[in-house]
Amino acid sequence: MNIIRKEIITVKAATIQLETLACPSCMQKIEGAIRSLDGIQEDTIKVLFNSSKVKLNFDEDKVSVDEIENAITKMGYEVIKTKVK
Amino acid sequence: MQRLILSKKNQITLASGVLIVIGFFSKWFLNNTDLFLKTLIVASILGIVPIAIQAYQALRVKVVSIDVLVTIAVTGAFFIRNFEESAIVTFLFLFGAFLEQRTLNKTRSAIKELTEMAPESALKQMENGEFEEVEVDEVDVGDILLVKTGAKVPVDGTVLSGEGYINEASITGESVPAGKEKDSKVFAGTILENGTIQIVADRVGEDTTFGKIIELVEEAQDSKSEAERFIDRFSKYYTPAVLVLSFIVWVFSRDIELAITILVLGCPGALVIGVPVSNVAGIGNGARHGVLLKGSEVIHDFSRTDTIIFDKTGTLTVGSPAVSETKLYTDKADQALGYLASIERESDHPLAKAVLEEIGETTFSPVENTEVVKGGGITANVNGHRVAVGNIAVMEKENVELSEEAKADAARLEKDGNSLVLTAVDGRLKVMMGVRDRIRAGVRKDLQRLKALGIKNLVMLSGDNQGTVDIVSRELGLTEAHGNMLPEDKAEYVRKLKEKKRIVAFVGDGVNDSPSLALADIGIAMGGGTDVAIETSDVVLMNSDFSRLPHALGLTKATARNMRQNIFIAVGVVLFLLASVFFSEWMNMSIGMLVHEGSILVVILNGMRLLRYRFRK
Repeated sequence: MNIIRKEIITVKAATIQLETLACPSCMQKIEGAIRSLDGIQEDTIKVLFNSSKVKLNFDEDKVSVDEIENAITKMGYEVIKTKVK
Repeated sequence: MQRLILSKKNQITLASGVLIVIGFFSKWFLNNTDLFLKTLIVASILGIVPIAIQAYQALRVKVVSIDVLVTIAVTGAFFIRNFEESAIVTFLFLFGAFLEQRTLNKTRSAIKELTEMAPESALKQMENGEFEEVEVDEVDVGDILLVKTGAKVPVDGTVLSGEGYINEASITGESVPAGKEKDSKVFAGTILENGTIQIVADRVGEDTTFGKIIELVEEAQDSKSEAERFIDRFSKYYTPAVLVLSFIVWVFSRDIELAITILVLGCPGALVIGVPVSNVAGIGNGARHGVLLKGSEVIHDFSRTDTIIFDKTGTLTVGSPAVSETKLYTDKADQALGYLASIERESDHPLAKAVLEEIGETTFSPVENTEVVKGGGITANVNGHRVAVGNIAVMEKENVELSEEAKADAARLEKDGNSLVLTAVDGRLKVMMGVRDRIRAGVRKDLQRLKALGIKNLVMLSGDNQGTVDIVSRELGLTEAHGNMLPEDKAEYVRKLKEKKRIVAFVGDGVNDSPSLALADIGIAMGGGTDVAIETSDVVLMNSDFSRLPHALGLTKATARNMRQNIFIAVGVVLFLLASVFFSEWMNMSIGMLVHEGSILVVILNGMRLLRYRFRK
């Protein structure tokens, strides 16, 4: 039974609403900041410039939503709301 | 600390601007050069701090951003004691970013309006049976919700009880309110204009039709065309390249002034922002006018389309048949029509619906001994009379004799593409109706507008017989029309045109035409907000409104043109600046920065023009 429990998938999808993004180079910075974290599925990172949102899949076992939010705030972008599914 | 400084960027910009004004004031009017230098030094330091922080953050994630170029340039200017330049350049850079953000918000306004229509709260039935206001995120499938007059429907659902009129403009673009009663479907984001209803939630949040539309539009405006991806790759190497160029210039000329000027002039500013701005404004305009465009690749392809293929039924025609002509062969027509309606009322045949709609108000009589006649008809007893309804074959079976006049009418109606519904009472022909599919109102004009916009071939493909297809084609002035086509034949036809290097758009209703929609360069769905239509196509015309098509085509052409203008402006400015630093005397860092920030505003303002685009009729 223990083995089965370990196999439960802990990957979640997060949608993070940021303050309005103004410069396209912000996108590279935010993507870079998230990429540097552990437990992020790198090819799922999508920074939507015009709607100022970040979408990504992450492994809940390795990284928490707070850590992801922190990485973004440290770059100087305010996180308004995060939805995890 | 870093965050605090960045959040105060606007105040810093203002302070630095005020200091610069004081500085120049004291130099020109007070002749106080000492104060002039001091204020400018303070302004430079104040201004460079937020830029340097941004540069540092970018470098940490291995990105050479514009901030890096500006920071190096300003630091260089500072050390060669050119405080005038360092102060003005930092101020212009910060002020430009401020204006950029403000104007960018304008270009995004159309889509913001859309997302703000999303419902936020709901009245949910709790365990004790009372309704309480909760956030819309807390609603799950199966919950029972109360919607009051004036409120937004919070989720997609089914009416349990109550009645009301709902404005569904946010989903269908149709502003005439739709009546809802028990078992009617309601959609999130629509507004209950009067009445009170209780609904059960079928789909919530991003799974609702409204949620999907928003997600689609949001992703569309950030989707990138080939050209944009090229610019992205280009600017990734371009910025470091400017750094290297200025370093080389410095090594050979030993002229720091020239080297740092190149750093500022080489900023890619307008190039990075020009194309996305046109894109977001164009897609925003579409969203406001019932046209969903899925990204800039779609805009590019659609603007170059030369052939549009239409499905007939449901696209060019309404899709529900209607009576086109009624012939009466009796003086007591009311009685015969009443009998006809009484019989048709019990049938679910599509023609029956058209006949009932045509007759409208009438006296219904009880119908007995109804029999379905093979080959298209019904016989029954109504008020003691034997009534037969059906085509000519049915009349022959019932031994109804047709006059020469009636035979001529029948031949003419059939030639015009009608199906016939004849009615005989007690063996004598009383009524003949021709029923056919109607052409959508205004389609003819819209097709002419498409031609005026440069579409060379207007083609119709249909599963209907060639005769009917030819009639519709002549009426609409199409270039080509083919009947008797199965969905796979249509797809094959699209493939052949594509082999001939035509750029093909296919307009269909999104469900049975999906192979052709997928195969065409541009698939356009006439979707009344259905999921399949939204997901499988490149362009969605909301509420199946055909008249949006010329607007959609005109808009993509305008948007593609706007992008080209912006690329031209951006590249032109950089070339002009770099050329003038080598070939003119007057170029310096401050002027360069001014021109750069100016060009960024010019491309944003140019993009904003698209928000006001209207199709000129």
